This record gives sequence, structure tokens and C-alpha cells, in this order.
Amino acid sequence: MSILEFEHVSYQYPGEGFDIIDDLSFSVEPGSFHCIIGVSGCGKSTIFRMTNGLLQPKSGVIRVGGKAIGEQKHYCGYMPQKDLLFPWRTVGENLALPLEIMGGHSKAERRELIDAALADVGLAGCRDKMPEELSGGMRQRAAFARTMLTGSDLLLLDEPFSALDFLTRISMQEWLLAQWEKHKKTILFITHDVEEAIFLSGSVLAVTETPIHTLAEIPVPAAYPRTRACLTRPDMVALREDLIGVLRRQVQS
Amino acid sequence: MRNANKGNLPALIFLFALLFLWQLGAMEVNAAYILPTPLQILQRLWELRGPLFTVHLPATMAVTGIGLLISIGLGLLLAVSMDWSPLLQKCLYPVVVASQTIPTTAIAPLFVLWFGYGIWSKVLVTVLITFFPITITVYDGFRAAKLEMAELLLTYGASKRDIFLKIKVPCALPYFFSAIKMAIPMSIIGAAIGEWLGSQSGLGYFSRRMMTQLDGAGVFAPIVLLSAVAMLVVALVGLLENKAVKWRGES
Repeated sequence: MSILEFEHVSYQYPGEGFDIIDDLSFSVEPGSFHCIIGVSGCGKSTIFRMTNGLLQPKSGVIRVGGKAIGEQKHYCGYMPQKDLLFPWRTVGENLALPLEIMGGHSKAERRELIDAALADVGLAGCRDKMPEELSGGMRQRAAFARTMLTGSDLLLLDEPFSALDFLTRISMQEWLLAQWEKHKKTILFITHDVEEAIFLSGSVLAVTETPIHTLAEIPVPAAYPRTRACLTRPDMVALREDLIGVLRRQVQS
Repeated sequence: MRNANKGNLPALIFLFALLFLWQLGAMEVNAAYILPTPLQILQRLWELRGPLFTVHLPATMAVTGIGLLISIGLGLLLAVSMDWSPLLQKCLYPVVVASQTIPTTAIAPLFVLWFGYGIWSKVLVTVLITFFPITITVYDGFRAAKLEMAELLLTYGASKRDIFLKIKVPCALPYFFSAIKMAIPMSIIGAAIGEWLGSQSGLGYFSRRMMTQLDGAGVFAPIVLLSAVAMLVVALVGLLENKAVKWRGES
């Protein structure tokens, strides 16, 4: 059974004359890691914003875990491009946000969960620091820990590393793969960086046209666990060039 | 803290230079009934210390304090209502702005007719002047809250109340303190204007009485006192602010 399912979903932005998402159907297997890749403004973030309930589809059904999303809460964890750590809260208090809002935990339980989550992302001892004291990579890891604390099996990560410098970005990619292998979550990851997409994904979901009718599923030949060495294999290089070609056609047209 | 103190010496020198120029200019003019020197004012302040500190300062502070408290309450209430409901915002905002076009000094004698010579006509003048900056500044503070942060909380299943308490209130807090610091001198001015127009006590009343006696230094003495009190209270609020707002101006 698929964990996420789009069935004939359409979406139109108010004031626009066409559906940016037009009769889109696709599904995602539990425990998989997919990157959705596409040029800027193609509508890939719209797919996320409908999945997490910030936007309502014009027509069609979105199911998570087999149930329509309108009937459930707390079914996905969403991490936007900016880390959005609240500057007036300590790192620990930031991680407490999803727990506070979902309720059902005592203060002591919250504290335990937060300490465990911070240790998990390598930020043990940062609980009482303010976000501004952390580096860009550390902030993203804190934001990831906060997303994990939503307790959802489906994680939607919208270009989380795009604001980081190159070296931090590649180490965060390796770190994220390790987290995924450890926690067995399903991850959908939006990016416009082709190399990032093929390094992370089991298969890439490419947006080949706007409006979006389909997502082209392109399997990545390398097996997990991966190291960056796999990116230099001839089949991976060929895949990268293919994908770049697909995206460039859209920019030119 | 050390950095903050570094600029103090030049600032003090500048202040004394200004006072010195005033002293020289006033001595040149030599007409204390219209332009007293700073030293004459200080001297008069000392001579009048009895009635100023025991009768008139407490009277003005009572008006200022009550007026400021009402203004904070009213300002916050208006700001929260306007943020809560776009309809209320549409209804209230023009009224709030219109209230500031009232020439308070012209209409204040009416307040005296409505509420008498007691404290409440002066409190009304104070509130009318003071609630506006609080309302507008705090409302702007609520609106400065980032939409993206609210959206993030919405994906956690947050209610409107969660978003208000967890994002809007902390975002508006620095604005709230700026509003208070603006409101303090304005409330003192409001109280003084109220007293000037009709009262039996208070520093505004006292200043006016000295005016009728052509006592220039006596006019200025209560004003100096008012400024000193305003600076003191603003400094106290600044200390409180440093304790309450640990973050500022970050992306």
C-alpha cells in the first residue's frame, strides 16, 4: 500500500487562468526517498502545500496512509526552505512547538523527547542556546529535529539545504541519508539541484512540464547506503546529464 | 554595557554646551520674565520645592499614571481586536485615526464642562493623546509576524489562538515597549495640557499660574521637573525591556 497517493488532483491559484496542477496522479511507497525536481515556479511546492493542507485542491483526492487528508491530523511533517526557528525561543523551546500544539505530553515527557531528538541530530547540549548562536547547518538540523518531533512517518522537505554553502550542503545530504536509513521514514524532498536529487533519491520524480500533468519517475541506479563516490559512476553521470537536459528544455521553451 | 557608556561623555559635554549657550544668551537678553537662564530656573525649582514636590508633582503623576494605564488597556484592546477580525479593523482603524485629528487643546475645555475640574477631565485628555501610538504600534507589531511561521504551525494543527500566543505576541513585544516609551512623554504632556486648561493643582496648572505672575523661571521650573520624570520613567522601561526582550531584529 502506498503511504501517499494523489488521485486526479488539480489546483488553480486564484487570479490565474489555468490549473498549475492538472489532473495529477502519483503514489509513493512507504520508506522510500524521492526527490521532486523541477525548474523554479513549476508548481512543485504547490504539491507539498496541498499535501500538508495549507492549500485545498480544486478537485481530486489526496490520501495519506490510505485515508483522505481532510479526515486526519498530524499525518505529515513539513519542513520549509527557511529553518523558521523562532528567534525568541531557545533551540529546545523551538523543538517543543509541535509537541505543545499537538498536546498530550507532560512537561517532563516533552523535555525527554526534545533531548533525545537533539542528541539524534548531533545537537546534544544545544537545548538552551538561542537559534542565532547556531551555524546554518546546525539550524537546519534543529529544524529537522523539530519536523521529526511531529511524529509523522511522511516527511515533506522543501529545498531545506538550498540556502547553505556547498560544503555544508553536501555534508547535510550525507547526514540526511543516514537519518533516513536509521528512522525508516518516507521522505519527499523538493530540490532544483540535479546532483542533490540523484544522490538522495531512490527514484527521482521529475516535473517535465507546467502545468503538471504527471511526475516522470526516473530510477537512480546506485544502491543504498551511498557515498558521494557513486556520483562519478558513468551511469550516474549519464543520468545527471539526462536530467539537466530535461530541465533545460523547459527553461528554454 | 561598556560600549553604551562610552558615548556618555560626549553626550554630557554636548548637553552642557547647549545649556551654557542658553545661559549666555539669556544673560545677554537679560529679561528673566520671558527668557530665564538655566541657573535661574534651577534656583526657582529649589525655592518652590515644597509645593512642587508635595502637591503638584503627585497630582500630575496621578493623572499621568491613570491615563497611561487606561491608554495601554485601550490600545492593546483595539490592536488585538483589529488584528483578530478584518471587519473590526475596517470599522475601527478610521475612527482611531480620526480621533487624532481632534485639536485636543481646543476641545479640552468641553471635557472640563462634562467631567468637572476633577481628575477625570485631565485623564481623558491624556488618554486621547496617548492611546493612539500604542494602538498603531502594537497593531503593526502583530502584523510584522511572519506568515511562513504561522503556516508552519498550521501544519502542526495550530489554532488561531496558538498562532496568536506563540507568534504574534512575541513578535509584537518589542513594538509594545517602543509604544510605551513613546506613550510616557505623551501622557505627561496630555496631563499637563489638561491641567493647564482647567485645574486646581498639578504642574501644568502651576506653570500657568507662574505665567500670570510673569515669573519666567517659575514657568520653566515645573517643565524641567516633568522632563526629568519622563526621562527617568523611560529609562526604567528600557531596563525592563532589556530583561523581557532577549532577541531583536533578526531575520
